[in-house]
Amino acid sequence: MTAQEVVFLILAVIGGVGAIRLVTARNVVHAALYLVVTLAMVGGTYLLLAAEFLAWVQVLIYVGAIVVLVLFSLMLTKAPIGQETLDNQQRGFAFLAGAGILAGLVFLIQGDFGGKWISLQPVTTAQVGVSIFRDFVLPFEVVSVLLLAALVGAVVIARKDEGPAEPPERRVPLIGRREPTVGPREGARP
Amino acid sequence: MIGIATVLAATIRLPFLLVFAAVLFSAGVYGVLARRNAVLVLMSIELMLNAVNVNLVAFSAYLHQLTGQVFALFVITVAAAEIGIGLAIVILIYRNRETINVDEIDLLKW
Repeated sequence: MTAQEVVFLILAVIGGVGAIRLVTARNVVHAALYLVVTLAMVGGTYLLLAAEFLAWVQVLIYVGAIVVLVLFSLMLTKAPIGQETLDNQQRGFAFLAGAGILAGLVFLIQGDFGGKWISLQPVTTAQVGVSIFRDFVLPFEVVSVLLLAALVGAVVIARKDEGPAEPPERRVPLIGRREPTVGPREGARP
Repeated sequence: MIGIATVLAATIRLPFLLVFAAVLFSAGVYGVLARRNAVLVLMSIELMLNAVNVNLVAFSAYLHQLTGQVFALFVITVAAAEIGIGLAIVILIYRNRETINVDEIDLLKW
């Protein structure tokens, strides 16, 4: 067992336990923090596989941005606490499905890639950039437009509707609220 | 006995990475099926996307080609777009229905 494998096993055990705790946690904020642990361990795996740029992209986008988004939406939706309110009734079926998929995948992996070894070679960020802008220019541009469209769409969906008919509606209650305060005062003066 | 050259060689078994990705994916499947809270379902989907990324990077290192890494970058971008739209929809549903339990949002169920 090589040194890389020892480090990877440590990362994988922490990440796997974090993933399982993520889907079984009773507190939604704890689940989000277990998501941080798992994503950080996946980033460490990228670093171990000499994919340095991807590791920092993982830390920036997943651990930095997506987890913050998830925590914000948990706070905005006042999520309840407790397994009965967080899980539905088909937990046994879900466990069977997950365990079945895991067993099938492990069987296939062991059969097809049982004795294969990766010889690690460092990949520089410049090589990744050359690969993107030489071979994948069109997908890169399409993905950038997709990201822009998705973020504009998220703003449009999540903001409150403010129709043009609201300013006159707001003025009417103000007048209606002021009249009773004026009325008793004029009535109290004589 | 394991020699020092074996310990210091920059190699790693491919099945270790693939089994790690399979564990993450299975946990994500369990979370999507067993959770009621829509935000937790979205988090489980992120877990499954990360498992796919681990596979892509592992095969990129195995084949000594960069295509897998570039695709992992694209998957991360699409995942960011997906979680942005998903959380916007969740917040809109909470504003309208006062709940984000996916089994209570059944207007289209006959």
